[in-house]
Amino acid sequence: MLYSEVVMDHFMNPRNVGTMDDADAVGEVGNAKCGDIMRIYLKINNDIIEDVKFETFGCGSAIASSSMATEMIKGKPLSDALNLTNKAVTEALDGLPAHKIHCSVLAEGAIKAAIKDYYDKNGIEYDKAMFKEVDHEHAH
Amino acid sequence: MKVYADNAATTKMSKTAIDAMLPYMENVFGNPSSLYSIGQAAAEAVYSARESIAKNLGCATNEIYFTSGGSEADNQAIRSAAEIGAKRNKKHIISTTFEHHAVLHTLKKLEKEGFEVTLLDVHENGIVTPEQVDEAIRPDTCLVTIMYANNEIGTIQPIKEIGAVCRAKKVTFHTDAVQAAGHLPINVQDENIDMLSLSAHKFHGPKGVGALYVRKGVYISNLIEGGAQERGKRGGTENVPGMMGTAAALEEAVANLEETNAKLVKLRDRLIEGLLEIPHSILNGDREKRLPGNVNICFEGIEGESLLLLLDAKGISASSGSACTSGSLDPSHVLLAIGRPHEIAHGSLRLSLSDENTEEQIEYIISEVPKVVEYLRNMSPVWRDLQEGKKNYVIQ
Repeated sequence: MLYSEVVMDHFMNPRNVGTMDDADAVGEVGNAKCGDIMRIYLKINNDIIEDVKFETFGCGSAIASSSMATEMIKGKPLSDALNLTNKAVTEALDGLPAHKIHCSVLAEGAIKAAIKDYYDKNGIEYDKAMFKEVDHEHAH
Repeated sequence: MKVYADNAATTKMSKTAIDAMLPYMENVFGNPSSLYSIGQAAAEAVYSARESIAKNLGCATNEIYFTSGGSEADNQAIRSAAEIGAKRNKKHIISTTFEHHAVLHTLKKLEKEGFEVTLLDVHENGIVTPEQVDEAIRPDTCLVTIMYANNEIGTIQPIKEIGAVCRAKKVTFHTDAVQAAGHLPINVQDENIDMLSLSAHKFHGPKGVGALYVRKGVYISNLIEGGAQERGKRGGTENVPGMMGTAAALEEAVANLEETNAKLVKLRDRLIEGLLEIPHSILNGDREKRLPGNVNICFEGIEGESLLLLLDAKGISASSGSACTSGSLDPSHVLLAIGRPHEIAHGSLRLSLSDENTEEQIEYIISEVPKVVEYLRNMSPVWRDLQEGKKNYVIQ
């Protein structure tokens, strides 16, 4: 099989898929030209991610990475979500094929982009180095 | 329900082909180069296979060279023409933008070796014209190589007319007929073809066997040095069972061609009609001039690999031109060649039928694909933006 059982489970039964009308923050990475886009919606209360939703245009591993990443940050403080790495997402998925690792990089990037959006909207100061732009081209 | 609809990738071997191979594994296992009877029996088998293939292509027996498949045949044909071209100081080759990579990658290599390559545009309908070929031929052109039918979108090229142009201008003409052999009536003489590649596993024969037709008088050189097999043009002990399977499969396919194609065209047209009911979908390649079993459609707002995985879960085996299925960043070069933008090309679905497919299977595909497309669109941010009017649909 191309994908692990965990990847297939998250692809076939994605968690937290959908949109959010009252989102406090939205982050998006990727582009349709390259074949994958991830959009993450966050509901944040007292620095805690109360709810998270995602929409993804992409391959099986992109959808599974989005699903796993959202599960890993749901109910967690923003500081934890900021520390989520693509490596952790990949490990939680029981691995990804080498040419699909960029999907987990996109998931990490989409979450960071959403948190940056939250900080920007609420005038919260932050260290810009935390959000080295997740450039899709580099993600590959 | 299980539906195998990826016959352009490979086919299930026919019973006839398997039966033709077995005696040459079990009993007549001799080396055709050996002089004792079991070897000579194998040599006779090889001759009969070559003769049968020649008959079905309309050429002489000694104009057929066996290879390991379509890719090797393409490589050998192009390399040979380039070699003789270089000797005559003719280092220009004409092809098209949507050839198989066995052709395109060989041409890329030749470019590095100092050849100049002109790739003709195939237009939105996926068909190159003889006029384009005529205009592109120069005094230093040593080869025109154009596929008979495209492997992804199934469009059939005007081979006979292109061949006539090449013949008139005395330029060698090769066609990669991997998708056409056993599927369309072919006569290399009538169609002015100098070299033709075919692959057995595309017409219910064995994998790892192909053939190259080379018209008498057209130069070919070896890719593989070794013995005197294939009249010295390809070293290596013959794959006797493979050759027998190839000949039997081609014989069977050609004998049943009209009947099979009448059935396939009906199934194909119903499938195209059914799938185009999905909003914002478009057929890739000419509606009429396409292989009887080929359907290739783009669905806006979704990506092909996830579509294939979900169809697989429903028992449907198909193919896509998305980047994720090609293992590269870019989607199918064929879909880009006919002008589909990247984001649309990622959402393509190819269904390629054989005479094993049934009407029930076609109806099953028509009922399942729309559900999967809708499911993926509902989780696609691209689709949301289109629906909310933030972006304009590419496919109306």
